[in-house]
Amino acid sequence: MAKTVLTVDDSASIRQMVSFTLKGAGYSVIEAGDGVEGLEKAKASSVNLVLTDHNMPKMDGITLTRTLRGLTQYASVPILVLTTESSDEMKAKGKAAGATGWMVKPFDPTKLLNIVKKVIG
Amino acid sequence: MSRGDEAASGGVDLSQFHQVFFDEALEHLGGMEALLLNLDTATADSEELNAIFRAAHSIKGGAATFGFKDITDLTHEMETVFDRVRNNQMALSTDLVNAFLASGDTLKSMLAARRDGGESVSAEAVKALCVRLRAFLEPAAGGSAAAARPVARNVLELVFGPFDKSFSPESVDGIVADLKDFGKVEEIVAAEAKPKGKGKSKSAKAKPVKERRFRIVTEVSESDLTDAITFMADPKRVKVSLVEAAAPAAEAAPAPQPQAGEDKEFGLFVEASSLPANQPASAAEAKADAKVIELKAGAKSGGAQASDATSIRVSVPKVDQLINLVGELVITQAMLAQTASKSDPVLYEALFNGLATLQRNTRDLQEAAMSIRMMPMSFAFSRFPRVVRDVAAKLGKEVDLHTIGEGTELDKGLIERIVDPLTHLVRNSLDHGLESPEERVAKGKVRKGTITLRAYHQGGAIVIEVSDDGRGLRRDKILSKAKERGMAVSDSMTDQEIWSLIFEAGFSTADVVTDVSGRGVGMDVVRRNIQEMGGRVEIESTADVGTRISIKLPLTLAILDGMSVRVGREIFIIPLGYISESLQPKAEAMSTIAGKGNVVSVRGDYLPVVSLADIVGIEGDVQNYQQGILVILESEGGKTALFVDDLVGQHQVVIKSLESNYRKVAGVSGATIMGDGRVAMILDVAHVVGLTHSRFPKAA
Repeated sequence: MAKTVLTVDDSASIRQMVSFTLKGAGYSVIEAGDGVEGLEKAKASSVNLVLTDHNMPKMDGITLTRTLRGLTQYASVPILVLTTESSDEMKAKGKAAGATGWMVKPFDPTKLLNIVKKVIG
Repeated sequence: MSRGDEAASGGVDLSQFHQVFFDEALEHLGGMEALLLNLDTATADSEELNAIFRAAHSIKGGAATFGFKDITDLTHEMETVFDRVRNNQMALSTDLVNAFLASGDTLKSMLAARRDGGESVSAEAVKALCVRLRAFLEPAAGGSAAAARPVARNVLELVFGPFDKSFSPESVDGIVADLKDFGKVEEIVAAEAKPKGKGKSKSAKAKPVKERRFRIVTEVSESDLTDAITFMADPKRVKVSLVEAAAPAAEAAPAPQPQAGEDKEFGLFVEASSLPANQPASAAEAKADAKVIELKAGAKSGGAQASDATSIRVSVPKVDQLINLVGELVITQAMLAQTASKSDPVLYEALFNGLATLQRNTRDLQEAAMSIRMMPMSFAFSRFPRVVRDVAAKLGKEVDLHTIGEGTELDKGLIERIVDPLTHLVRNSLDHGLESPEERVAKGKVRKGTITLRAYHQGGAIVIEVSDDGRGLRRDKILSKAKERGMAVSDSMTDQEIWSLIFEAGFSTADVVTDVSGRGVGMDVVRRNIQEMGGRVEIESTADVGTRISIKLPLTLAILDGMSVRVGREIFIIPLGYISESLQPKAEAMSTIAGKGNVVSVRGDYLPVVSLADIVGIEGDVQNYQQGILVILESEGGKTALFVDDLVGQHQVVIKSLESNYRKVAGVSGATIMGDGRVAMILDVAHVVGLTHSRFPKAA
């Protein structure tokens, strides 16, 4: 069964790019435009990896991470938060919220695939 | 347009996502502008501030991902500044809002240029904006009395001008000499200066010198220098602007680009060995657990998954094609009904039932198809807060804009076409209608003027109103201007007739032509545009109270409620909205005016009579007025009685464009196919009424 990645980002163009890239490599992709939608969709299916941006309307990425970790289903599913290169603050917040790791943005398809492979194979 | 700096990696062509990025970036900018315009600088709502920050942040993310460096840089500055504002580390000010609005405009241009391939904004302009935004980050932006804490080495540009007898180009030399106290001053010579055979070719200029430009490198701040100069020269004759601020120390570098080397792009908070990629066994178990939970949530998931997207983007030509095909279906169905009507309904009961159902289904389909193209008026109204703000500021007026009925829907094609006329009307209100704050107070009015945009449905039409509480139309001024221009007017004309005069080409009672309006090339175009949309314009006005301009439009361009009339063997359709009544005249009511033609008296008014047969050049069956029908048409030009052989009936017809199938014909606004398969022309009533009324100019 294909592995499923949940991409949470308020930018449709970025979600489309992630979706296209990962699907092309055989993953299944679910998109969400904000933290609330991300939570709903995470609960409604089982995903193998969550990639989430932070700055989104309704619920930000750090809060989403923390909330997901509170669910049994997502206690140990890998969650990567997107950060900017220099933001130690974001990395620290992500870690405190229970994220598995971080990924720098902007990213391109090659890097995306490399990282997803490293995390869920 | 792709450029080398764009990333296309991993075998994925990123340009396929560009269009979506441009669309969403422009949406973000629209939202950001609306929020900025609504901001109360004193007590800003923190959620609004966050939303503005997120807009800039989002655009930056996309721009960086798709390799648009210039957009990334500018949005980075915006994001940095607004991050401080939303964290309460910086005060919000009108200057800041203005800088953001200007940045938003520039971004729109840059995005549009990328999308459509036109010329983008110059690098200098973008840099100047970045500098302007960065200036807010300096500590001196606290707005204290000691506004100028000397920042090392600013580069400022000084433009002296315009010159005339009281202020000569040479006198600038003296001022510049004094400025040397502040720092190094250099004159910038325009590249196109023609050296007319003078020795010092660098300083030679063509005869009339419009301005002189200088650059000064100084430790003094822009505001201090400006203050100093106002002692030396007339502040209206010199402009000071900041070209390059001293690089503020310890500020984050723009647009962090991912460094080479994978370590920096990705990191873990946990042991790599715990990742699923490195544990094939437990991955399967995790999935099994997850499946159990999924079953419970099964009921909800169906819904949630299905609505992956609540809307789809469809190209406009596809929608138009769909509506066209539905229109054809309606015509075909009408022809079937017509053919069947000759048969015995009892004998062919099943056929008639089927046709009745077909008619219902077709009407429903038509309504559904047309509703796809319907959009709320907010699409047209959304630009006006900005227009009003900018133009009011330019004119020194204080104005509030109210919009009512933004949700009222209108066909997309009409919304696009109504924006220009609306803009013209709003500018007119701002320029000529509304008085200056002082004038208003002197009249006992509230200082702030109000412009109201209102849209609502009325019958089968939409009404859009532009109203203001300004000085109203001046009857006397319009009359005297009309007389001046030799127009045939009389003092006994009704208010409505007088207001209609302002729609005549070249007519403007503005005392002063501003660059906003007053050249008299607007109102006639506005009316014509609206007529071409099948609509009409009406004016109401009261001196010193205000003016209201109402635009009535059909809801759609696709179908029309019309009255079909017959002349000879030909059928013509008259849009129902223009028909005030129909009657068979009595002999006593008809009379003739020498040299002008026939008129009919209807309830005391004399209306010009025109024969449809004459207009279209065919033989009518009925020559005698009393045996035919007069259809009284009403348009802004006035009332006219149209003589036809007979009234056939009232129908809803599908409008087919004559222009795209043949060519544009004056007097005809479209065509349709009747149930018997023949073509009927739809009359352009405004044109017909206009024809007759030019034959009957108002008596002076």
